[in-house]
Amino acid sequence: MKDNVVLQMKGISKSFPGVRALQKVDFSLNKGEIHALMGENGAGKSTLIKVLTGVYSKDEGTIEIAGKGEVSIHSPQDAQNLGISTVYQEITLCPNLTVAENMFIGRTQGAFTNWKIMNIEADKLLKKLDIPASATMQLSSCSIAVQQMVAIARAIDMDCKVLILDEPTSSLDDQEVQKLFGLMRDLKQMGVGIIFVTHFLDQVYEVCDKITVLRDGKLVGEYEIKDLPRVQLVAKMLGKEMDDLSDIKGEHKAYEGKNAGEIVFEAKDLQSNAGIKPFDFFIKKGEINGFTGLLGSGRSECVRAIFGADTILGGTVKMHGKKVNIKRPLDAMKNGIAYLPEDRKLDGIVGDLSVRENIILALQVLNGFFKPFSRAKADEFAQEYIKKLNIKTASADTPVKSLSGGNQQKVILARWLLMHPDYLILDEPTRGIDVGTKVDIQKLVLQLAEEGMSVTFISSETDEMLRTCSRLVVMRDRKVVGELLGNDLTQNKIMSTIAGDGDSEIKQEADLKAI
Amino acid sequence: MNDNKFKKLMSNQLFIPVIALVVLALINLINDPSFFKVTLGTNNAGNPVLSGYLITILDYGSELGILAIGMTLVTAASGGQDISVGATIAIAGSAMLRVLCGGNSRPETIQAPIIVAFLVACLVGMLCGAFNGLLVSIFKIQPMIATLILFTAGRSIAAWINNNELPIVPDPKFSYFGGFIPGIPIPTTVFIVAICIVIIALVLKFTNLGLYTQAVGINENSSRLNGINPTFIKFLSFVILGLCVAVAALIKVSRLSTINYSVIAKDIEMDAILAVALGGNALSGGKFNIWASILGAYVIQFLTTTLYKFNVQSDALAAYKAVVVIVLVIFSAPKVREYMKDARKKIIKVQKEAA
Repeated sequence: MKDNVVLQMKGISKSFPGVRALQKVDFSLNKGEIHALMGENGAGKSTLIKVLTGVYSKDEGTIEIAGKGEVSIHSPQDAQNLGISTVYQEITLCPNLTVAENMFIGRTQGAFTNWKIMNIEADKLLKKLDIPASATMQLSSCSIAVQQMVAIARAIDMDCKVLILDEPTSSLDDQEVQKLFGLMRDLKQMGVGIIFVTHFLDQVYEVCDKITVLRDGKLVGEYEIKDLPRVQLVAKMLGKEMDDLSDIKGEHKAYEGKNAGEIVFEAKDLQSNAGIKPFDFFIKKGEINGFTGLLGSGRSECVRAIFGADTILGGTVKMHGKKVNIKRPLDAMKNGIAYLPEDRKLDGIVGDLSVRENIILALQVLNGFFKPFSRAKADEFAQEYIKKLNIKTASADTPVKSLSGGNQQKVILARWLLMHPDYLILDEPTRGIDVGTKVDIQKLVLQLAEEGMSVTFISSETDEMLRTCSRLVVMRDRKVVGELLGNDLTQNKIMSTIAGDGDSEIKQEADLKAI
Repeated sequence: MNDNKFKKLMSNQLFIPVIALVVLALINLINDPSFFKVTLGTNNAGNPVLSGYLITILDYGSELGILAIGMTLVTAASGGQDISVGATIAIAGSAMLRVLCGGNSRPETIQAPIIVAFLVACLVGMLCGAFNGLLVSIFKIQPMIATLILFTAGRSIAAWINNNELPIVPDPKFSYFGGFIPGIPIPTTVFIVAICIVIIALVLKFTNLGLYTQAVGINENSSRLNGINPTFIKFLSFVILGLCVAVAALIKVSRLSTINYSVIAKDIEMDAILAVALGGNALSGGKFNIWASILGAYVIQFLTTTLYKFNVQSDALAAYKAVVVIVLVIFSAPKVREYMKDARKKIIKVQKEAA
């Protein structure tokens, strides 16, 4: 182990039933280094972090720490004792305690606490780290950024050598992010090694020294920040080489029926309270388009705004050229818009209810409170879609939660198809389901469009989007940054647009050439 | 018994309350078969009335049965319970007396038709429910905390409505609701409960109240994305409970033709919650079975009457009840049921091996 290395992980493997989450991954961290850990969802970032912090035990591999040699970490307490501290995305402090109490909770010795000394110590540390808070303030009265910093201060004070920041910036605004970066640079000066996990590319290039990229549980590589242009980083994360042009456009026919070319839905300056910048959007009859961008870029927030799922702050919306008011999901449904949400468990299924009730739910709500379907009618609907989408369930009475993920997704899809919408939004319909079902869903989408339904299709897998969509809206950092169609619909173009940092096109092209 | 059938029976929500009823009935049958005797006699006024322990159970379980309807809906939609129903019965009852007696504690005749007084009580009950519902659905206060306000203040408000006097309703007709209608030997409360059951059955059949309430209780996010308004559904459940409270208040006040603010419907909220739990409904909300809750209410009354029969002092009643409740609740806990299922499987296996 070299002198300036504080942490070295070698050949780490970890399997869960059915999944190899990590396969022989190496990772090393130097003293005074900010090291970004990058990868798309499911790449193994959080598994690696959890192995390091003792939440999971590794199957194979070694972890070495400067001055301690090879160590075994079996619990978060072990990790803490070894000087590995973690600050998570959600603040894990107690908002109803004071700043000082939060910093020292669980670390006092004996049954008695000297509050005075504790507060003085806390203030000293806060001052040293330049954190705008005082020891006796209640934590909940501080801004999220300051709370985040207090969590970091707590970690630092526990003599930490390795600090893990897991998506610390996702709930911060620009100014707060800058404050946090200031603190990170200070810590770097003090020699703390920082592992920084984020989905924001700009932030990586602003503050980090090195990048380690993971994909599908495997190590892609470790790079100096200056050696890895953005486009290439995106390529490495997505696993697509830039010259990989083998993607073939779908073979489906475009819709050619009545009103072809009519703009079904149009939004101008639409904005919701979910933190996205105002955006324009439209979709034509029988068109399939998609929002693309890395996770956390605001794809879901955009479609949620269209459906009225978040609070709408402004903008105008037209359906079939007529101005409509969509303030809540029911308004959208009445206008023929359906939305399959990203998080199936949290926003999709109503777990304890039967497959039948889950299928009829949306149409039933649309039908009205005083007009419940008869049992026979509901059964007919359920059976129709169980057959049509090939849903594998013991019966229509089975609680939907006992179905497999793919079949649950089909149930929700059935729910919205039953409504016969003009415009169907599918947010990550293929996430976490088996390959067969994925293909089924893609085929279905193409077929629906051929029949004249407009579909917005969002997927983390660019392949799928290229295979289905005829137009892509590209997002970065909660902003729409481009639109691709026709010949531009290639992996290369998508990646360069996602990676582009707002500079001129020339720079992006230069990047492309450099590769 | 067929294994599948047994499983189905076990998983039916009515299983626990029905078994409890059967056990209680058996105990009484062994102890004294005359427990089940129903006799036709005449009361003080010379009207024919049925009497016997079974009639007592049906009669005195009425308030609880009615409250169980509303409490089930509140539990299902909000995942919490309303602990103010006893106090709001006092408020609604007091309002009814105020209208009937017009602020005079010993009026010669009633000052307003009974139906008007009842409608006013309904309004008051629903207002109390709306108050609780507002706190829970809009301000997102935990139901038990939100309803603690009326639980604490309710009986004082009730006393204040009638200037802390105890008016007596002079019209004998008013006592029919909690007693007997001349010429009909069955307690009027039985009819009132029957009407309530028919109404809620019709509501559940001809509206989506059941589906919406369960959906909101199980997954609020998802319900919202399917166009349901969870805030309103929660609010509505409390208002419906308020209506149940008013009907229960009518019966309670009618039984005495007057009111005792500090004693009326005391601790009934706990029994109502217990009825919901005995019915096998999860107190954390979600799926519900109203019929099981109503049955649960009568199980509680059956138990109370049985204990009286065994000459348990009314002071000690609560302790005995608690023991029975512990047993029932433990048996209906999912963990225990799972354990029993496993144990059953093992026994079958052993039997097969032996064969």
